[in-house]
Amino acid sequence: MTESILSVQGLEKHFPVTKGLFKTQVGAVKAVDGISFDVRKGETLGLVGESGCGKTTTGRLITRLIEPTGGKITFEGHDITHMKQGRLRPLRRDMQMIFQDPYSSLNPRHTVGAIVGAPFRIQGIQTEQGTKKAVQEILELVGLNPEHYNRYPHEFSGGQRQRIGIARTLALKPKLIIADEPVSALDVSIQAQVVNLLEDLQNELDLTYVVIAHDLSVVRHISDRVAVMYLGKIVEVADRKDLYASPMHPYTNALLSAVPIPDTRQRENRERIRLTGDVPSPLNPPPACRFHTRCWKAQEVCKTQEPPLAELAPGHAVACHFPENAPAKTEAPATVA
Amino acid sequence: MTFLQLKDLKIHFPTDDGLVKSVDGLSFNLERGKTLGIVGESGSGKSVTSLGILGLHKGGRAKISGEVWLDGEELVSASQEHVRTLRGKKMSMIFQDPLSAMHPYYTVGDQIIEAYRIHNDVPKKVAKKHAIDMLGRVGIPQPDRRVDSYPHEFSGGMRQRAMIAMALSCDPELLIADEPTTALDVTVQAQILDLMRDLQRDFNAALIIITHDLGVVAELSDDILVMYGGKCIEYGSADDIFERPEHPYTWGLLGSMPRLDREVTERLLPIKGSPPSLINVPSGCAFHPRCAFEPRTGGKGSTLVPDLGETEGGHLVRCHLPREERRAIWATEIKPKLES
Repeated sequence: MTESILSVQGLEKHFPVTKGLFKTQVGAVKAVDGISFDVRKGETLGLVGESGCGKTTTGRLITRLIEPTGGKITFEGHDITHMKQGRLRPLRRDMQMIFQDPYSSLNPRHTVGAIVGAPFRIQGIQTEQGTKKAVQEILELVGLNPEHYNRYPHEFSGGQRQRIGIARTLALKPKLIIADEPVSALDVSIQAQVVNLLEDLQNELDLTYVVIAHDLSVVRHISDRVAVMYLGKIVEVADRKDLYASPMHPYTNALLSAVPIPDTRQRENRERIRLTGDVPSPLNPPPACRFHTRCWKAQEVCKTQEPPLAELAPGHAVACHFPENAPAKTEAPATVA
Repeated sequence: MTFLQLKDLKIHFPTDDGLVKSVDGLSFNLERGKTLGIVGESGSGKSVTSLGILGLHKGGRAKISGEVWLDGEELVSASQEHVRTLRGKKMSMIFQDPLSAMHPYYTVGDQIIEAYRIHNDVPKKVAKKHAIDMLGRVGIPQPDRRVDSYPHEFSGGMRQRAMIAMALSCDPELLIADEPTTALDVTVQAQILDLMRDLQRDFNAALIIITHDLGVVAELSDDILVMYGGKCIEYGSADDIFERPEHPYTWGLLGSMPRLDREVTERLLPIKGSPPSLINVPSGCAFHPRCAFEPRTGGKGSTLVPDLGETEGGHLVRCHLPREERRAIWATEIKPKLES
């Protein structure tokens, strides 16, 4: 097995909920509640889940944009869990982030040159041919015209802006890139361009990605391994092929069967699993297995005992008392809303 | 008689920068009990079309021409007051974002009651009972209690259900849903799509569903209209569009999507460039700067606007390429790549 570049153990982020003048803490939103995973060098790990499952918080914890309340993050052998900003800065070169919204993540008053050149300035890096030349090379790499150097973000379309964001991310030749919903704000035809670009860059520059997304088809397309999150926990991790072909966790099954398929022939005879209700609030998550309130297989034990994330097949771990195995579509529980 | 008929509908907005031709000559028919999916990227004019049918551009700056026939009445030339009496009762709309489409100061029940009482002369009590019925019907648990909740007390999926209840409260014959599930999570989206399918069966309404998601239209639509640059570029049954599409843009959309029902492809096949600005729509075929097959049109692509021609049994395509050539390209060049 290749070595891991990033290792996360028991990571937690509890946002305090305060009340009254003295801000007494009355509870906590357990956005991320004890998750562990490894990211191997050169791979793409997909992190999927519905809104509120903690996937974005996880991304921000890894990049240390917010402070974890528990657990441990190791990046290339360094424990960065509570590392001070000053010591963290040199490491930031190797770990960069792509944001979801290409409209709010670029400063409208800065030129493209200033935006993409900022990492050089902040890190105090001198390049041989000067920053401008370096920036223009990166612009070309992401499919923009080097002559765009002096233009402002508003002169670009959404897809081009996302490319500017990617150029900034790549400026310092990072090793690990956390991409938080990199294509969900883009039009369908543009999404494909950006997905292809991310893949090309990975091959060319030997990058490692953690891709956070809610779109299961996009995640399947670009990931090597996929982790499914539900209410602050990882419920299943597996190689892409295993996860999509034989999902073990009922939640993964439900997610996959909820994706609309653009094929009219399959409209009538598709097996559907319909979850009832919404994701419970992370302020007050259900005890034990957090999915038991929506799960059709739930029994008493699910309400009292939390299932551990256990590896049931090589490289395929699941946190469930009653995992479904192999071709999962054999059972049709179907609860209709 | 056709229930809903659009004839050469044009909605143009004069701006300081020039004329924005959001909808530029759109025609289609829709019968009761049928679902039409309108697909397009942002700025293709799909939402403007829906607001235009409902008469919501009247009194604004928009220049509207063409005809919209709803059950024997022409709406473009009708007075604002008259169209208002039809809205809510005869035709209604489900918006994308239920949080901003509902009033935060009034309870969900009050908002449904208000809409119902505008069209039905009944006491408030009766209307409230109706509101509770409707909320129950769209699958909101404990509707008799939830009727007094405010929109912020609902989750996203429940809000969208409440919005559907409101839209259906007066038993409309035409329902337009503009990106009804885009703001929702995938498991909730599946619930809402099921709900819309069931309700349409019960109410026998004509449904227009507007979305950028080809998966959603495939789930619900009988017919599909693909829009690009304010024009219809392909129209046909759901089978026509997914099994034998003939427009290069439709091929591009299909090639751009990673699909769960197929083997993982190595590469997606995107469309180059980006959607045009509606102020400056490219000359000739609006799609020609992005079209991989433009060279095969012999220069017509950039000079002549192609007609929307029928290829077979109601399947319409706006493309310069001859029919045989389009079919050959689909069968030999595009389809094998999509299914590889």
